[in-house]
Amino acid sequence: MKNVAIRINGSAVAPPADPRVSLLDFLRETLHLHGTKKGCNQGACGACTVLVDGERIVSCLALAVQYVGRDIVTIEGLAGQDGPHRLQQAFIEHDGFQCGYCTPGQICSAVGMAAEARRGLPSHVTDDLSARRIALTRDELRERMSGNLCRCGAHNGIIAAIAETYARAAE
Amino acid sequence: MSNVEGSGRPTQHEGAAQQDTSLTRRGVLGIFGAAGAGALVSTFTGPPGVGPVSLVSEAAPEVLVQRGSGWVGAALSRIDGPLKVRGMARFAAEFALDDMVYAALVFSTIAKGRIATLDTGAAEAAPGFVLVMTHRNAPRMQPMVPFGPNEKAAGNDNLPIMQDDRVRWNGQPIAVVLAETQEQADHAASLIRVTYEAEPATTSFAQAKANGTEGAVYFHHEIGDAEAELAAAAVSVDATYRTPYQNHNAIEPHAVTVAWHGDELVVHDASQSVVHNAWSLAHILGIEERQVHVTSPYVGGAFGGKFMGSHQVLAAAAARLAGRPVRLTLSREGVYRMVGGRALTEQRMAIGARRDGRFDAIIHTGTATHTRDSPHPEAFPFVSLSAYATGSLKTDLQWAFLDQVANAAMRAPGEAVGSFALESAVDEVAVALGMDPIELRIRNEPKTDPLNGAEFSSRNVVKAWRDGAERFGWAKRNPIPGAVRKGEWLVGMGCGTASHIYNRENGGAARLTLTSDGTVTVDIATHDAGMGTETAQTQIIAENLALHPDQVEFRLADSAMPGLVAGRGSSQTTTVAATVVEAKKMLVAELLTLIRADSPLAGLTAQQVGPRNAGLAKLDDPTRHETYTAILTRAKRDKVTVEASPDEPTEMNERSMHSYGAMFCEVRVNAVTGETRVSRMLGSMDCGRVINPKTAASQFRGGMIMAMGLALTEHTHYDERTGRIMNPSLAEYHIPVHLDVPEIDVIWTGIPDPHAPMGARGIGELSVTGTAAAIANAIYNATGKRIRELPITLDKLM
Ligand code: FES
Ligand code: FES
Repeated sequence: MKNVAIRINGSAVAPPADPRVSLLDFLRETLHLHGTKKGCNQGACGACTVLVDGERIVSCLALAVQYVGRDIVTIEGLAGQDGPHRLQQAFIEHDGFQCGYCTPGQICSAVGMAAEARRGLPSHVTDDLSARRIALTRDELRERMSGNLCRCGAHNGIIAAIAETYARAAE
Repeated sequence: MSNVEGSGRPTQHEGAAQQDTSLTRRGVLGIFGAAGAGALVSTFTGPPGVGPVSLVSEAAPEVLVQRGSGWVGAALSRIDGPLKVRGMARFAAEFALDDMVYAALVFSTIAKGRIATLDTGAAEAAPGFVLVMTHRNAPRMQPMVPFGPNEKAAGNDNLPIMQDDRVRWNGQPIAVVLAETQEQADHAASLIRVTYEAEPATTSFAQAKANGTEGAVYFHHEIGDAEAELAAAAVSVDATYRTPYQNHNAIEPHAVTVAWHGDELVVHDASQSVVHNAWSLAHILGIEERQVHVTSPYVGGAFGGKFMGSHQVLAAAAARLAGRPVRLTLSREGVYRMVGGRALTEQRMAIGARRDGRFDAIIHTGTATHTRDSPHPEAFPFVSLSAYATGSLKTDLQWAFLDQVANAAMRAPGEAVGSFALESAVDEVAVALGMDPIELRIRNEPKTDPLNGAEFSSRNVVKAWRDGAERFGWAKRNPIPGAVRKGEWLVGMGCGTASHIYNRENGGAARLTLTSDGTVTVDIATHDAGMGTETAQTQIIAENLALHPDQVEFRLADSAMPGLVAGRGSSQTTTVAATVVEAKKMLVAELLTLIRADSPLAGLTAQQVGPRNAGLAKLDDPTRHETYTAILTRAKRDKVTVEASPDEPTEMNERSMHSYGAMFCEVRVNAVTGETRVSRMLGSMDCGRVINPKTAASQFRGGMIMAMGLALTEHTHYDERTGRIMNPSLAEYHIPVHLDVPEIDVIWTGIPDPHAPMGARGIGELSVTGTAAAIANAIYNATGKRIRELPITLDKLM
């Protein structure tokens, strides 16, 4: 079912029969991958962020059937065989969460965000729009992560964890 | 989640792509292997000389000299972290039960009246439809019992739940549709047609005031003649401060997954009150409390918004009618419609002072919106009762009643908005006197509680001010408003006092089981919605029993456990800590009964021994020591279990107990656009002993960030003609985002409170207070504009 399947965390999965099903609900309700969270179901909170071919999207605004042939990675697929993704570890050490509900979205978003910066995509706070590589300063990180809400107020820990993981690598 | 997997529960679906989630909260550490263990303790710098405690009885004498194990005060990483960063902590909407159906709600679109027609025909013909529940077929149920004298009540109103055709607020649920999938339920619900006979409703604050207000007796206080003192004062401020409706907006929407097994109801809840909710559901549904089992191991934020609500009732009733398990998740809009938030306030705040700054009068009165059925008073004058020495004092709270969803307690209810008025007015007095606002506060520092003369248990707010001022660089502040400009940006500094009353609840109770392998399990029906309860209490238990945290399992949020400890009033840490201390005493007494003649502890009494190094030792001769394992093994016991409840919390009857903070803020205000950016913040806290500096600092920051939203952006807009919330969404209700939040500095005095369990007072709500005023005062310092109405949006500064 290579051409009619969605790849999710490396496994081929048949898309839902009902075309109204969002990618988020497909993950959570059909596949029982509850790591991806629903905070608003309208693209406003970022809790549902997943990676599609390495790019971050809000899965609540995506219809699952549109993702046939694409490669989806969720929070459950981020850790490798040998342990957690280093960003997951950094979140623990920097206390980048309280309730943990926004956390999978924050982490997936940060992975996609770092890739955007590596590709030289500028943000609202980027001074040099022609730079080939973006230095992930705190301001860049804060701007680029602003689509991921956290009501507990773990923002400082989240940015510290992302900075430790990606800022130096990108400079 | 072994603590919630009771027997007889429906099995869970195991999807193709599902990870193994049959892990205990601690069990997942195994996945991390060595890295996981490192995560738990890697940042632990710990008490000097104490490594992981040896389990063998022949421990070196110098280690035995250690008091406790030193885990209280350690910067332990969150115990539930490995689960949460992998998305494996399972929340209420994430239990998939066999044969489960999904619920969707229909909300009323008028504020008051009756349902004239309700046509469900098209919905019933929709694909996947299972059941519709309305007032016509809902089972007969009691209303909720609101918070109040009944210690198990945790309701937010006492209104009938789908029992009649009456509409009482705009957004009231009037139908529940069940279907095989969420999409089908949502679609079917959209096909329901309703007409109403509307009646005149009170939906504006002005109308509600014109109808006449009622005083909340408990908050009326008068000492001396404050009005006369104010009139005679050399310097005075007398102004009106306004704060808007606001909502909690926990990122996890309210959700519940319920199943009936015969007459027994299992509820996977998102709750900060599991035992209360079990009692409430039993009461409402007319069954016995023991027939309801509520668990809530993970909660995605609560902030006062996740007590007992009507959504749990609707889910349970619909599940009963359908004979199938039900998942009911509120949409974000549904959360706004069904769960109230902070009330709107209009506060008169007046201070009269002498030329030397001493206060002769404090008057804090005014009106808050309210519903007839809400138990939450939004008691803003409360903050002025114990704040400053004053010659005279007058406080009063009036309620203006509206027809709208019952207002709820939102993090630091009353105090968050009351401290905005009080601490802004203090700043205004400082400006009028030409005095530094910190010095003015210190000059009015009371020696005893201004209201009743009670002694303070521990009040070091002056030290917090001095330490904070130095760290923040307050001396560099230019007191002249509007004088510091960097390009387009006006820069200013401001400050405000935080304070929050100490609470310990009556219902603390725990079951502690020590097993012969030297590990301990403690069960308390308390909650962790992100506060770090599990981690902090694990440390408290480790400290009290002289164990390593790896030897402690703290289990919580299950109504079958002992204790009646709601996550409210910043009281969980104190309540649970007192319970743990009591359990320790009982355990020691119990263990002494097992001591044999050949034990090094033979002949000693409970007064002579205490926990040391994974066992008991003689207090003044720690070489007389025996490990828990050795004691139990010698007595041929697998385990010892004690159930404990602490003494009634009388400490706060005898003295005035509060946590405090000196809150500092630097803002930049754009001179062209009026945009405010918070560039620096510092919280200098005085909260007794800090159990875990890592989680405490995060909690303080979280409160300050919530107060940043209170000050600058957050506003639930009601259409005053219809009583309908116009911005029920995270796109149109603006909470602070990453770019809004600077790095926030937090320090504390670290002075233990001798009258609080473990020396710790609550901290959960403290930093929400004082901070909004610090921001408003900084804006005044930056611009010369005194904004007395929140949120301070761009238009108010242009
Ligand atoms: S759930 Fe998708 S952005 Fe909020
Ligand atoms: S940790 Fe609770 S919402 Fe971010």
